[in-house]
Amino acid sequence: MGILDKHKIIETNATLLLVFSFLVVTVGGLVQIVPLFYLENTIEEVEGVRPYTPLELAGRNVYLREGCYVCHSQMIRPMRDEVERYGHYSLAAESMYDHPFQWGSKRTGPDLARVGGRYSDEWHQDHFQNAKSVVPESVMPPYGFLARKEIDGRYIHDIMSTHRFVGVPYTDEMMENAVADFMAQADPNADSDGLQARYGEEAFGHAVNVRNFDGQPQLTEMDALIAYIQVLGTMVDFSTFTPDASR
Amino acid sequence: MCAKRVTPAQNRQVETTGHDWDGIEEYNNPLPRWWVWVFYATIVWGIGYTIAYPAWPLISAATPGVLGASTRADVAAEIKRFDDANAAIKQQLTDADLTTVSDNPELMAYAERAGAAVFKTNCAQCHGSGAAGVEGKGYPNLLDDDWLWGGDIENIHLTITHGIRNTTDPDARYSEMPKFGADELLEPQQISEVVEYVLQLSGQEHDAALASAGQTVFVDNCAACHMEDGSGDQAQGAPKLSDAIWLYGGSREAITETVTNARFGVMPNWNQRLSEDEIRAVALYVHSRGGGQ
Repeated sequence: MGILDKHKIIETNATLLLVFSFLVVTVGGLVQIVPLFYLENTIEEVEGVRPYTPLELAGRNVYLREGCYVCHSQMIRPMRDEVERYGHYSLAAESMYDHPFQWGSKRTGPDLARVGGRYSDEWHQDHFQNAKSVVPESVMPPYGFLARKEIDGRYIHDIMSTHRFVGVPYTDEMMENAVADFMAQADPNADSDGLQARYGEEAFGHAVNVRNFDGQPQLTEMDALIAYIQVLGTMVDFSTFTPDASR
Repeated sequence: MCAKRVTPAQNRQVETTGHDWDGIEEYNNPLPRWWVWVFYATIVWGIGYTIAYPAWPLISAATPGVLGASTRADVAAEIKRFDDANAAIKQQLTDADLTTVSDNPELMAYAERAGAAVFKTNCAQCHGSGAAGVEGKGYPNLLDDDWLWGGDIENIHLTITHGIRNTTDPDARYSEMPKFGADELLEPQQISEVVEYVLQLSGQEHDAALASAGQTVFVDNCAACHMEDGSGDQAQGAPKLSDAIWLYGGSREAITETVTNARFGVMPNWNQRLSEDEIRAVALYVHSRGGGQ
């Protein structure tokens, strides 16, 4: 039996047992995780997916802070009923700039992966003020206070730096203009050419939504959240893109 | 079957592991045979599974598995199965004359059910799951006889296809009420007069003196769209003002707000999201809810 007879050495040394156990688990982990980083088909390449604009990113942070993910997922699974209700099933690439991603199947509320452009801004304003006013059977709590919380983008550069650190390709130019872009998106009278040049048609194939999302003159968390909601699932143009069928 | 309990020391037929802790010894019995075979079976099954299904990561992709399992192909096939099953009746609906669909019970039954599914997915959020809209919020009730852009089947179909006042379809229905207050087209005094007149038109409590002054303001500024008797004009989406149905509220405050800052209700065009047969189905569904003309 040779080496197998020596297991008593491991069994009687707790630390050594721990070290070897860790090594065994590590091998299993590496086999499962490492291929995801080098396999070409882990994330298929898709045109149009862009990093969130500063205002959308701020809205995303409101979404996370308020725990919207507790009731809403952002992942349309490849099943007929979900595709019929929500639209094309989600692609991994569509959440590649999400840190963390918002996948899930826990749906107290509907899936939001393709909610962008589905409702008007005014509908969202009413719905956030009091969801029951437009959907009587809704159990969603009111979020009207967001329309009273003004924001000025003072932290947006830091937030973008963090996302850049974990791999979101914000360019130096995007970083330098973070606050300007932040302010411009919710103000239809502002000069948004720079914002469009960095995030819009030319760079990613579709224009950035620029309008007064909350219907109020001041810039609020409501603006940011609606800007975020309205871009969800709209980046990939499925009329021109056909996903690989074999995965 | 009931064996007498024996200690390892008494039963020398089974060897012990040789471990001895304060006189306590440990049998070295083999594992139960059934357990060993189940264990081997799981290994064999595991190998078979990785051959049959996508599993092992290679250089550029994982092994696809001999069964060719793919969730994407599955969902595409599933959707195609239902599309094929419904293709004939969908085509029939697309080709049908909308005004005579109700004469064909089978087609109408399909349209109402398909339309109900489309409605609950795409329309219910604003118009309500029962199609009653939201009074005072600008989401029209589709059950009543009061239509903004016409309630016959052709008009409902047109409205759903192109939407209202959106920027995404050049053929969208369009009209725009002037902001009489915000753009200073009327003096504040004139606005309060005309609001009293509208209250009078709709049979509500009003100030008679102001209302009679407001009649002139109304005829000069509002009657072109809303008609002199306030009956509205469906050709341009001008609501009827002489009834008790209000899109944005019929109180003095709500009407004043409407006259001052105007309203601009938007409906998306559905021709890019829904197919023609789905639009026809939901149009027939809405038309059959009670208010259809």
